[in-house]
Amino acid sequence: MNILVCVKRVPDTESRIRIRHETKSIVEDGLNFVISPYDEYAVEEALKLREAKGGMVRVVSVGKDEAVAVLRKCLAMGADEVFLVKDNSPETYDGLRTARIIARAVERKFAGTDLLLFGKQSVGADNSQVPAMVAELLGLPQATVVTKLEVEGASATALREIEGGMERVVLSLPAVVTAQKGLNEPRYETLKGIMAAKKKDIPVVKLEELGLGPDELASQVEVTGLDVPAQRQAGKILRGDPAETARELVRLLRDEAKVI
Amino acid sequence: MIAVFMETRDGKIKKSSLEALSEAKRRAGEMGVETAAVLVGGAVADLAPAAFGRGAARVFALENPVLADYSSQGYALALAEFVGEAKPAALFFAATAMGRDLAPRVAARLGAGLASDCVKIAVKAGALEFTRPIYAGKAYLSFTLRSTPKLATLRPNTFPLGEAVSGGGEVVRKSVSIPDGAVKGRVVGVIKEDSAEVDVTEADVIVSGGRGLKGPENFALLRDLAAVFPRAAVGASRSAVDSGWIGHQHQVGQTGKTVSPNLYVAVGISGAIQHLAGMSSSKVIVAVNKDAEAPIFKVADYGIVGDLFEVVPRLRDELKKVLAE
Ligand SMILES: Cc1cc2nc3c(=O)[nH]c(=O)nc-3n(C[C@H](O)[C@H](O)[C@H](O)COP(=O)(O)OP(=O)(O)OC[C@H]3O[C@@H](n4cnc5c(N)ncnc54)[C@H](O)[C@@H]3O)c2cc1C
Ligand SMILES: Nc1ncnc2c1ncn2[C@@H]1O[C@H](COP(=O)(O)O)[C@@H](O)[C@H]1O
Repeated sequence: MNILVCVKRVPDTESRIRIRHETKSIVEDGLNFVISPYDEYAVEEALKLREAKGGMVRVVSVGKDEAVAVLRKCLAMGADEVFLVKDNSPETYDGLRTARIIARAVERKFAGTDLLLFGKQSVGADNSQVPAMVAELLGLPQATVVTKLEVEGASATALREIEGGMERVVLSLPAVVTAQKGLNEPRYETLKGIMAAKKKDIPVVKLEELGLGPDELASQVEVTGLDVPAQRQAGKILRGDPAETARELVRLLRDEAKVI
Repeated sequence: MIAVFMETRDGKIKKSSLEALSEAKRRAGEMGVETAAVLVGGAVADLAPAAFGRGAARVFALENPVLADYSSQGYALALAEFVGEAKPAALFFAATAMGRDLAPRVAARLGAGLASDCVKIAVKAGALEFTRPIYAGKAYLSFTLRSTPKLATLRPNTFPLGEAVSGGGEVVRKSVSIPDGAVKGRVVGVIKEDSAEVDVTEADVIVSGGRGLKGPENFALLRDLAAVFPRAAVGASRSAVDSGWIGHQHQVGQTGKTVSPNLYVAVGISGAIQHLAGMSSSKVIVAVNKDAEAPIFKVADYGIVGDLFEVVPRLRDELKKVLAE
């Protein structure tokens, strides 16, 4: 079984986000970049499936040269091959552009893929767009926000989270699946894996090789503003006897905040 | 026209879809265009009155027996065909599990831009401007979309429901043709959790617990507190979830759910940046923590410094009393 995992390099979740107002973009200096946490579940699931069924795990990231670091992590976890699709454009927050690049890369470079695994969303852009768009562009079925996946022959059964429950989805392969927390526990890289990953050359696919037109590479998103949320006003802090503070809190919620 | 996809579950239109319809109606009013609701399913025209009741001028019912069960491919096909014919300026969805699954497929099929999980929509110089949180709410991005139509998903519990209106309108029934083999994935079953439980993304009140609760059994305290309110859910920090005290569908935060209830009560939660990311857009935040220095107090509107095991039961009794009045 041939699996392709798509991973994105993102600021880690501890990051304090600062804004450069002139360019309406975030300040990247000083941020620590990591593989998007949900993509790690996708990589782990691919490795587990390979262990059970054989085949290849390939990983691709669309981004700048710096994305090589997250690809090396995937190698160290156990991926067979990793690829950088080099795209120097700054973050566009547009899913369609990225989806078109990935879909075309799959057609041109990764034909014969049985399963495409993604994170349920990239931490940062928080779009949840790219995977379902890739699925549509390639005419493949999808299961998004998946916490359990079983592959049997040419079909897969996935449990996906919905409000107040789970949905069981049956897909014929090839298919797109996006990973939610709970799907598995990502393994740590081994020292041996890290050493081996350091030595590997990482193939780079040029955007031009994919033959996408300027229209397809244009972002749909035209940014008009970027701001940090207004600071919340300092609140009222109550101390003392539990019964009295509880009574006072309820009074404030009713009379002042008017939420009850 | 601004069209709004009406999500149905158990034969009813979801409240979050009616919220999206209400917002569409307000913006369409500013733009001087019509608001339409779009139902998709096996036979769904009967549901039209609920959409008229929130101000839809027309209701489109896109029908085919294959669409009786949700499939992203079948629904995307139906909606893209509808857009091709009716040519709306925009198509809105609720940012629910279904909306988030479906909208990107429709967008890709149409080659259109999509604004995910919007919390604000405005009309600027005649064009729709979308605002959405990025970096889990640490920043807000406003933007327009270059394509026509413009697609957007709207965060549930964020846009107010419009006033109910009486009277009907035109129902346009269309039978959708779905080629054999076009739908390669389908939903074969739904496993409901405790049906009495409200999902955190849909609750008006959330009572969340963290490591301060000390063990899974003490979540009973929070369930008791939540039970005092009509539409309340129990949430949790990642530490509580990772300790196996409660299912991960309850996790609030950057790698959990993003919520914006009217009232969020954080109990025994320190307020790590990843937790704040998921709940700081709540309307009113209450914290109960024994550590006066806990960062959660920096975002709380009201806080009690104290032992949760003493405070929470009293809070419940007090609330019960006041809500009964
Ligand atoms: C990639 C990544 C993603 C993450 N995503 C999330 C996420 O989505 N959501 C999330 O919540 N976290 C997330 N985290 C984890 C986050 O960093 C914190 O570790 C976590 O939120 C802490 O949980 P907590 O507040 O329950 O525990 P703690 O930080 O241990 O806080 C417990 C609190 O309980 C108080 N307390 C203890 N006993 C009592 C008592 N008797 N009465 C009153 N108060 C008491 C203490 O004073 C303390 O403030 C993420 C971390 C990473 C690295
Ligand atoms: N630049 C990228 N390169 C590779 N995969 C990506 C990229 N952007 C998004 N993805 C994949 O799509 C998923 C959802 O991303 P998003 O639609 O941005 O929320 C991510 O978790 C990744 O698996």
